[in-house]
Amino acid sequence: MSGIVGYGAHVPRNRIKTEEIARQWGKDPEVIRKGLLLEEKSVPGLDEDTITISVEAARDAVARAGIDPARIGAVYIGSESHPYAVKPSGTVLIDALGIGPEVHVADFEFACKAGSEAMFVALGLVESGRVEYAMGVGADTSQGAPNDALEFSASAGGAAYIFGKNDLLAEVVETYSFTSDTPDFWRREGAFYPRHGGRFTGEPAYFKHVLAATRAILDKTGMKPADFRYVVFHMPNGKFPLQAGKTLGFKKEQFDTGWVVNTMGNTYSGSSPTGLAAILDVADPGDMILMTSFGSGAGSDSFVFKATDLLPKRRGRAKTLRSMLDGPRRYLTYGEYAKYREKIIVND
Amino acid sequence: MREVAIVAAGMTNFGELWQSSLRRMFVDAASEALEAAGVKKVDSIYIGNMSAGQFVGQEHLGPLMAGELGQAGAAAARVESACASGGVALRTAFMDVASGMSDLVLATGVEKMTDGADVTAVLASAADQELEAYYGITFPGLYAMIARAHMQKYGTTEEDLAWVSVKNHRHGAMNPKAQFGREVTLEQVMKSTPVSEPLRLLHCSPVSDGAAAVLLCPLDQAHKYTDRPVQIIGTGLATSSIALADRSDMTYLDAVQLSAVRAYEMAGVGPADLDVAEVHDCFAIAEICCIEALGLVEKGKGGAAARDGLTALGGKIPVNTSGGLKSKGHPVGATGIAQTIEIFEQLRGDCGKRQVEGAKVGLTQNMGGSGASSATHLFRRV
Repeated sequence: MSGIVGYGAHVPRNRIKTEEIARQWGKDPEVIRKGLLLEEKSVPGLDEDTITISVEAARDAVARAGIDPARIGAVYIGSESHPYAVKPSGTVLIDALGIGPEVHVADFEFACKAGSEAMFVALGLVESGRVEYAMGVGADTSQGAPNDALEFSASAGGAAYIFGKNDLLAEVVETYSFTSDTPDFWRREGAFYPRHGGRFTGEPAYFKHVLAATRAILDKTGMKPADFRYVVFHMPNGKFPLQAGKTLGFKKEQFDTGWVVNTMGNTYSGSSPTGLAAILDVADPGDMILMTSFGSGAGSDSFVFKATDLLPKRRGRAKTLRSMLDGPRRYLTYGEYAKYREKIIVND
Repeated sequence: MREVAIVAAGMTNFGELWQSSLRRMFVDAASEALEAAGVKKVDSIYIGNMSAGQFVGQEHLGPLMAGELGQAGAAAARVESACASGGVALRTAFMDVASGMSDLVLATGVEKMTDGADVTAVLASAADQELEAYYGITFPGLYAMIARAHMQKYGTTEEDLAWVSVKNHRHGAMNPKAQFGREVTLEQVMKSTPVSEPLRLLHCSPVSDGAAAVLLCPLDQAHKYTDRPVQIIGTGLATSSIALADRSDMTYLDAVQLSAVRAYEMAGVGPADLDVAEVHDCFAIAEICCIEALGLVEKGKGGAAARDGLTALGGKIPVNTSGGLKSKGHPVGATGIAQTIEIFEQLRGDCGKRQVEGAKVGLTQNMGGSGASSATHLFRRV
């Protein structure tokens, strides 16, 4: 049996409230808060990017795993905001953590599913016996154009998972992937902000893929919604995952722990992986956990995990996701936010 | 001139039809009409379409659609008058049959608006490019100016505008083909996002895909195809200045009035004879102005009509029983034909819960731009 031997998450300290963004554009914040269920979102600092977030999360993953980083044979970072178009993010991470040089590294992109994609491939390499340990990271400093609905959700954060075969914190019981050519959201080469098809991102994209992948993994495992203690779906906003869960017959209490979007925002590739981290922070041995990601373009990866006896013993070695969401925060004005997100053009 | 009847109709649902292309929607609607009448071949096809060229890069719809429908060789052409394209296609089909040139003619409309084009910019190409669009004005802005002028001149209120939306959504909730077939409250309309003040989101018709088709033939041949034909008893087409600023009275849609007078005179009926009407409520203020120009209410009194229930189902003259453009949806080129289908079905008694009991005479009014072109048609149960 293969599974998670270490995990870690990171969310920057800066926040901006829904009211502040709405005020800037003359929108009614109540419509956003009630419609999309978004209160505030994280914002990266000027010196934070996908690489720094990945490194922070990966450090905590190594701490929880308690392994020599040099034994990690593969590192994959999934993101749609890799700082470089050409030059990998993962190479910085391995040097920062003392992994390699005998290591396979790649950067992944699949819109918001790149993180679970990295986890999926890392798991596969471990299961095959090709490497002893492999790391999959999902992290983003998400882009959302000014005055676009995405601006209320696009946030910063990520999570890292190390997979192995011994001393598991959570077993991987099953995986399933569901993919089709569905152009609901995209960003072209050289474009600063993504574009999207409005409501087309809903029913034919998010819901079709999340529901199909989840139904299939339930079928594959012979499990029912009631068999799970925790569920996390990709969280583009607060509403979509709850709506998908309701359709499938999950209850709100199964979502509560992993549903971190209302104060974190949508960390794109980091979204469902950070939600999973919040669940692992509190899960009891034997708890069954279901995760389904979604990436535009479009596809979903589903995982079924089972928490082990070792999980409660190891998680105290690093900070919890909740401690970052509820801990010290710094609230930005829209002007500061615009500066931090480099939306203001200044002379060199 | 021969007397002309509608003998069959076909229509897609209106909405964001992501699974259906322009041609697919056309074929779905047109073949439904042909099958209803048991017709294999038609003489000609008129396709009301505002801007497939800009929306999906497809011009030359005549041969394309004739071929897709299995009617290759038929006389077929696109008819364009912005959002009145469907109404003008119906008039063209009517003239083709009435003149004796053709016996079986499809009048259709189709628009595919959700394929990624900048819809506001495409629609703005129906305004005056030199006098209006160049300065950045869009249709919500033009109709907002009409609304402001109406408010100032006649004391019409934002709540009057909102009642139009409440009424049309109430009607649309009974129409299974409507894009937004659900009721809205006055409060929801009044609190919806401002688009161009005083117009809010729920005062504005949506962006839609859809197609509609009706089959016309000489009245004396109609019983070959149906036992319940509906006669087209009047048609009027009129124009006004394309730029709103060039009109003497911004609150009065003179092209609508002129198109109605022409249709009334041809039919020998007046506003008092109508049992049901479909009018062009692309924005709530448009319905108010149209019912005034059509003579359904006195000039300046349109504001109170929806609020007082005059134009609701059960009122003196039910307007937009289909839900109107607001609730049913507004795939611009298809709208004029969809209005025709609502009246066709009302006069045949096929409208179910939204049926106007005993309806004998109906009207459709379909306009382009800020009211620069208008097609009015009158129908009678045979």
